[in-house]
Amino acid sequence: MELTRRQFLQLGATSTGAVGLSPLGFDLVPARQVKQRLRVEGANVSHTVCPYCAVGCALVAYTRKAANGSVDLLQIEGDPDSPVNEGRLCPKGASALQLAVSRRRVPSPMYREPGATEWKQVSWDFALDRLARNIKASRDRTFVTTDAAGNVVNRCEGIAFAGGAAFSSEEGYLATKVMRGLGVVYLEQQARV
Amino acid sequence: MTNHWRDIRNADLILINGANPAEAHPVGFQWMLRAKLDRGAKIIHADPRFTRTSAVADTHLRIRTGSDVAYFGGLINYVLQNELYHKDYVQYATNAAFVVKDSYQFKDGLFNGYDPQKRVYDATSWAYETGPDGFAKTDIQNPRSVLNLMREHYRRYTPDMVARITGIPQDQFLQVAKLVGEMGRPDKVMTIVYAVGLTHHTTGVQLIRSGAVLQLLLGNIGRPGGGMNAERGHANIQGNTDHAISWDILPGYLRVPAPGQHNLTDYVTQSASKKLQPTSLNFFGDNYRKFMVSLMKAWYGEKAVSANEYAFDYLPKPASNASWLSIFDQALRGKMEGLMLSGMTATSIGPDSNQVLQALSKLKWLCVMDAFATTSSEFWRAPGVDPKSVQTEVLMLPATHWIEKDGSFTNSGRWAQWKEQVLPPQGEARHDHWILAEVFQRVRDLYQQQDGKFPEPVLALTFPYADPRRPTLDEIAKEINGYDLTTGKRLATFAGLKDDGSTSAGDWIYTGHYPETGNLTKRRDGIQNPAKNDPTGMGFYPGWAWSWPLNRRVLYNRASADAQGRPWDPQRPGIRWDPTAAKWVGDVPDYPPTADPTKPGAPLPFIMTGEGTGRLFSNGVADGPFPEHYEPVESPIDNPLHPSVSATPVAFLYDKAAGRDNRFGTSADYPYVATSYRLTEHEHYITQQVEHLVQLQPEPFVEIPAELAKEKGIKNGDKVRVSSKRGKLEVRAVVTKRLGALQIDGKKVYQIGIPIHWGFVGINTGQHWLANALTPFVGDASSRTPEFKAFLVNLEKM
Repeated sequence: MELTRRQFLQLGATSTGAVGLSPLGFDLVPARQVKQRLRVEGANVSHTVCPYCAVGCALVAYTRKAANGSVDLLQIEGDPDSPVNEGRLCPKGASALQLAVSRRRVPSPMYREPGATEWKQVSWDFALDRLARNIKASRDRTFVTTDAAGNVVNRCEGIAFAGGAAFSSEEGYLATKVMRGLGVVYLEQQARV
Repeated sequence: MTNHWRDIRNADLILINGANPAEAHPVGFQWMLRAKLDRGAKIIHADPRFTRTSAVADTHLRIRTGSDVAYFGGLINYVLQNELYHKDYVQYATNAAFVVKDSYQFKDGLFNGYDPQKRVYDATSWAYETGPDGFAKTDIQNPRSVLNLMREHYRRYTPDMVARITGIPQDQFLQVAKLVGEMGRPDKVMTIVYAVGLTHHTTGVQLIRSGAVLQLLLGNIGRPGGGMNAERGHANIQGNTDHAISWDILPGYLRVPAPGQHNLTDYVTQSASKKLQPTSLNFFGDNYRKFMVSLMKAWYGEKAVSANEYAFDYLPKPASNASWLSIFDQALRGKMEGLMLSGMTATSIGPDSNQVLQALSKLKWLCVMDAFATTSSEFWRAPGVDPKSVQTEVLMLPATHWIEKDGSFTNSGRWAQWKEQVLPPQGEARHDHWILAEVFQRVRDLYQQQDGKFPEPVLALTFPYADPRRPTLDEIAKEINGYDLTTGKRLATFAGLKDDGSTSAGDWIYTGHYPETGNLTKRRDGIQNPAKNDPTGMGFYPGWAWSWPLNRRVLYNRASADAQGRPWDPQRPGIRWDPTAAKWVGDVPDYPPTADPTKPGAPLPFIMTGEGTGRLFSNGVADGPFPEHYEPVESPIDNPLHPSVSATPVAFLYDKAAGRDNRFGTSADYPYVATSYRLTEHEHYITQQVEHLVQLQPEPFVEIPAELAKEKGIKNGDKVRVSSKRGKLEVRAVVTKRLGALQIDGKKVYQIGIPIHWGFVGINTGQHWLANALTPFVGDASSRTPEFKAFLVNLEKM
C-alpha cells in the first residue's frame, strides 16, 4: 500500500493502544515509543512560512519554553497540510532553523561616524533620535513644494528607501505609508533587482 | 502569477524561460513534475545553461540569453502562419479585431512616435481608430486590425531568423513549435513559467509580453493549467509589490500621481483606463476613484475630505523615474542625502557594484535595518575602500526577522498566508515596523517642536493604533482591508468601496482578506482533507489562506469559458455558468457573479481593461505596441532584424545623461556573453550567514563551457579572471558541458555563467568578489529593471 507522509504521521498518532500489526504490516509499538522520545514531544506547535523564495512553503515550528523563560526553537519542518508544499522543503527551507537562531546576529544598534574606522555600540534611543534628525534635516533641505512649471508637487528628493521583500505584508504597507507621508518619492524593493 | 503553484499540475505543456525552477524553486517545481508524471505533460526548457530543470525537461533549447522575444516571436509567427491559434478565444477575448489608426508604423527597427533626441516614444501614438461614440472600431478583416498587423509584424520571425538570433537550431525550434501549436486547441492548455531570467534585460517587459501574447493567441490566459507565471525570488516580494514599495505605484497598483495633476479628477482621468467597447465593464478604470479616495481616507482620515480633494496635495509627485538605478544615479550626482535599506543590500544586489560603492560614499547618511551585517552596512570598509575617506554616517539597526514576528507573506501565486510569531526578538532586535513607527513619531515630534518644510502631511498621517509607536500587524491588516466608516465595520469586498469618503481601504486588492468574520489568511483547510477542501478537484483549496483579489485562484478566469459560459475544456473548468442556479460556479469568478453570459450585452471577459479583452496590441509599454527583439546593450552581434537599431532605442542611459564615462564594453574587448544566476543552496546574500548552506556552497565560481576552457587552457578548479568594462571577479572555474558554444548569426558565441551569492560579509570571509561588479548600469525602458542577465566579459586564466 502507498502511504503519504501525512497518513504515516497520522497512523502513528491515532493508533495508540492498538494491538498487533498495523496496516503497514509491522508492529508500530516500538516506533511509537521512539516517537514518544522525540524532542518535539509536548512542544508548542506554531505555523509559519519559509523566509526564502516565494513558493510560500508552509512550515511547522516546534518550540519549548525553558526554565529560565527563554524560548528554544527545537525544529522546523514542512507543513504536511499545505497545498503548496505538502510538507516538502528544499535545502534552504530545511535549514531555516540556522537562520532563525544565530550567533551571527547584530547584537545592538551600531553607529559609524563619518570617516571612522570602527563601529560604536549605541543605544536604541540614540540611534532612533539620530535617524529622525537626519530624516528631518534631509527632508527640509531637499523638499520641493512647487516645481519649475508651478505645479504643486510636495516631494522630498533627497531621501530614498529600499527593501521590503522580507517584511511581513503589513510592515511593507506601513513602510509605504510612512515614506509617502514624508513625501519620499525614491521608493524601491527587490522587484526590479 | 496569473495562476498559482499547485495549478501548474493542470498543464499539458510547460514552457520554462529565464528560470530554473528545479534549482531555484525546487518545491514549486514539484507541480511541473506532477503535470509530467500524472498527465504526460511535456516540459520545454529554453535556457543558456543545461540545468537540473533541463535534465528532466523533454527538450532543452540552448538559447542565447536575452533573445527570448525572438523565440516567442518565432512561435507567434508559426501559430499565425499555420492558423493554429484558438480562433473563438481570440475573437471573443482579445483585441485581435480592434482597428489600429493608420499612423501606426514599424520600419527599420522603430515604431512610429519616436523622438530621437529624447530617446522616447509617444505611446499615445499607438492607438485604435475610434468612432463618434468614442469606442474602438472592430473589424478583424481590416488590414489594420490588430491580428493583421501582428501577422505582418511577426512574419519576419522565421525559423531561420529565430536560429540566427537565438542559436536554437531550426529543426529543434520547429519540433517545439509543433507542440506549442497544438496548444491552441480548446482541450489543450499550456503554461509559461518564468523568473528573473526574463525580467533582467533592457527588453524585460517585452520578453514577458511576448509570452503573454502567445498565450492569448493560444487561448491559454485565464485557464487552469495556463497563464503567465512569474516564480519570484523572495518570500514576500509579491506582498510588498502589492503594497507598493515601488516608486511608480500606490497600494493596489494605483498609479503614483504626476506633476500637473491638480486634483483627483486630473489624476483619475490620466491614470484610469477608458472604456473602449460598449460592453466593456472597465471595472478598474470605472472604480479607480473609489479605490483612491478609500486609500486617502486610510492615510489621512478626517483630514481627507471632499473640499480638499481628499488631501491629494499631500501625496508627493515625482519629477521623473525614481527606481533603483535612479536612486544611485542621484547619489552619484550628489543629490541624494540619505538612504534607508531594509533586508536588502545595495552593494551586492544592484548592478555595477563599484559604482554603487561610490554612490553610497556620496550619501550624507545610510541606515541599514537588518538582522545581520550586510555588504551595505559594511560598505565603508569594503575591500579596497579606505574608511577614513568615506564621510557617510552609517547606522546599523538590528531588526527582527520573519520568525520573530507575525504578519502575512504573499507567495508568487498571490496566496497571502499568515504566519505566527514563533520566537521572541533575539537580543536587542526590534521589529522593522516598530522602528519605522517610532522614527516617524520622532520626526513628527520634531515638526511639532520646530519649523520645517510642509509639515502638514507628516502631522496628519493617521496612526490609529493602540500604541502608535508599537502598532501590531493585526491592526495594520485591518487597516489594509478597510472599513465602512459609517458603521465602523470591516468590508468583505472592494465592491463596497465608495468615492464619497465613507469608506477606507489601505490596499483595495486586499479588501475582503480580513472581514468581520476574521483574518482569512490564517485559514488552514489544506490537503488533510482533499475531498472537502478542494471541492472542484482543480487544486484551488479555497479554504487555505486567502488569495487576492477576493480569494480568486486564477486571474482572468472568465476567459476559461466560452462566450456562453461553457468551459473550453470541460475536464479542466475554471468557472462555468450554471443556468439553473443563475450564477457562475467553480473558482471565484473574474466577472459579475450573476451576469448571464447568454443575454445580449453581457460584459466582455477581461473586466480590468478598457477594451474588455486581453491586449495583443498595447500602448501601456514604453518600447512598442508589439514586442520586438532588440539586442542587449552589450551584445556580440548587430541585430539581424535591423542592424541600425540594434539595441532598444529607448533605454535610459544614466551615465551618458550625467556626463559620466561610458561604462559599456564591446565584443572586441569583451568577447564572451555572460549571465548571472542563483544556486539552490543560497538566497541572494543572507544565506552567507547560514552554516549549513555555506558548507554546501562555500565559494564563488564561474561556469565555463568545456570547449572554451580547452581553447583557453583552463582546467576545472583553475583560478580565472572574468572582467567587464566595469569590474572583475577572480574566482575558480567550473568547466562544464552544461554550457556550450552557439552559432549566432554565423558567429561562434560562448556564454559564461556567474552565480551571484558572494560578497565580503558572511561566514566564509575573504570571498569578497561581488558578481554584480560586472553587470551594466542600464535598465528596461518601461520598468528600469537592470540588465543583469546579458552582458559582455573577457576571460583569462590566472
